[in-house]
Amino acid sequence: MAGPATSEAIAAELATRPGHTSKRATLVRWLVIGTSLTFLGALLAAPLAAVFATALQKGWAAYFASFTDPDTRSAIRLTLTTAAVVVPLNTIFGITAAWCIAKFEFRGKSFLITLIDLPLAVSPIVSGLIYVLLFGANGWFGTWLQAHDISIVYALPGIILATMFVTFPYVARELIPLMQQLGNDEEEAAITLGAGGWFTFFRVTLPRIRWGLVYGVILCNARAMGEFGAVSVVSGNIRGLTTTMPLHIEILYNEYNFVGAFAVASMLSMLAVVTLIIKTLVERSGYRRR
Amino acid sequence: MKSSSQKPARQREPNVLPGFGITLGFTTFFLCAIVLLPLSALLLKAGGMDLSRFIAVITSPRALASYRLSFGASLLAATVNMVFGFAIAWSLVRYDFPGRKFVDAIIDMPFALPTAVSGIALTTVFAGNGWIGQYLEPHGIQVAYTWIGITVALTLIGMPFVVRTVQPAIAEVQRDLEDAAETLGAGRFYVFRRIIVPTVLPALLTGFTLAFARAVGEYGSVIFIAGNKQMKTEITPLLIFMHLEEFDYAGAAALGVVMLAISFVMLLAINLLQVWGRKRLMVSR
Repeated sequence: MAGPATSEAIAAELATRPGHTSKRATLVRWLVIGTSLTFLGALLAAPLAAVFATALQKGWAAYFASFTDPDTRSAIRLTLTTAAVVVPLNTIFGITAAWCIAKFEFRGKSFLITLIDLPLAVSPIVSGLIYVLLFGANGWFGTWLQAHDISIVYALPGIILATMFVTFPYVARELIPLMQQLGNDEEEAAITLGAGGWFTFFRVTLPRIRWGLVYGVILCNARAMGEFGAVSVVSGNIRGLTTTMPLHIEILYNEYNFVGAFAVASMLSMLAVVTLIIKTLVERSGYRRR
Repeated sequence: MKSSSQKPARQREPNVLPGFGITLGFTTFFLCAIVLLPLSALLLKAGGMDLSRFIAVITSPRALASYRLSFGASLLAATVNMVFGFAIAWSLVRYDFPGRKFVDAIIDMPFALPTAVSGIALTTVFAGNGWIGQYLEPHGIQVAYTWIGITVALTLIGMPFVVRTVQPAIAEVQRDLEDAAETLGAGRFYVFRRIIVPTVLPALLTGFTLAFARAVGEYGSVIFIAGNKQMKTEITPLLIFMHLEEFDYAGAAALGVVMLAISFVMLLAINLLQVWGRKRLMVSR
């Protein structure tokens, strides 16, 4: 019964109601989405694709050949060593700090949290500089270290310390809000029922914070393996000895060895992709950042 | 302390949990050893300088040019991020489109990607013969090795900060308010201006400040695309690096203190913005 005139009238009536998507709203929607995607494409997707395209521009053989270079191998080894020391230490620190901050009330707590977050606000260059000032030849401990033939700056310990500084807050700032929100009830019940401290931590606390812990650890690891500025200051760039993967990328790039530079960069990019995948899986499991 | 007496008196419950002393002790010790001791070395090194020399270093023409560049490019990048970050966050919260979840996941890429990698990758893409650079250069827009390139790198670094702060705020906007306004005859733009913007503004400003704070100190992703020409494309962190390479530790420390002071101001601004945002949210409810 409804003639063409009536249905047009109905459509016109509907279009004025809230919640109805008019033609203009649809246009705005696709304009916003289009702008967002173009922006992300130019800034994120294109550079990421360029990493792999450049690494493979001379074929797979050249790509794999660049990993047989001894300096590249030692850079990979150094990065793995650094992360293997830094990540566990900062994980232990993060758990300890979260336990005392989330489980107990004490004066100066918010100040302590601010101090823990401090490294995130400091420029990477300054993060490296402070260790040079402390342990370098003219630094506070410089003379003593030289007398005892210990090198910290321009050697592995300096790289580890600088990396530790920049990744210092990652685990703690993930766990503190999480444990604060979970509260003390279950731990108190366990302790009251006679469980020991370690038992309570491993059997009651740890299972409940595990996703937050995974989240903090993988972000800490990504930053530890990828840190450039701070490590660049303390490393001294001794090729094959104190160059981590990011520093080795810089050396190769400045030598116009683009395949080599981007081959190492592609490994770090894959690390970033894996980090994001784990992060997404953790979020899927119901973990929400606070 | 005055502030503690103003709080509502709370009965301190006896805490049965173990490990307070040892965890607090370990945390404080670790914090002092890794963070506070080195930072105080910086302050003392700069403090030990002659005041006139200190001022001469931090106000040298080269330093001033580097502040101008670092601040200008960071401000511009954070502003660009405010606009595009809002559009991205809006698309992710309000719209559904193919690949939305994927886009949502890769927003954090700049957090996970090492800065040296993003640095050489951006330079390759935006160089004169790069994928994007080749279309810009004929129009006289040189991106790589100019301040524009620096801004592009800083935009990439700051993008997730804005998107991730704005996203939850957009989700907070009460849609029934929007519907009510539209029923009462308000246009979409009016609703945007009077309902959406006020709700999202604190988050948007917090994101802006976070992105700016990160950008000012950024080093790795910038130095490859900057070209590092004296007085022209030399950012402040690079200048610190130069001083160190010439073994001018005091000069490096002086500039380091300037950067550190900027970090503290930014940290303060971020905290104040967050407090303001929370207050606004409570009032609106």
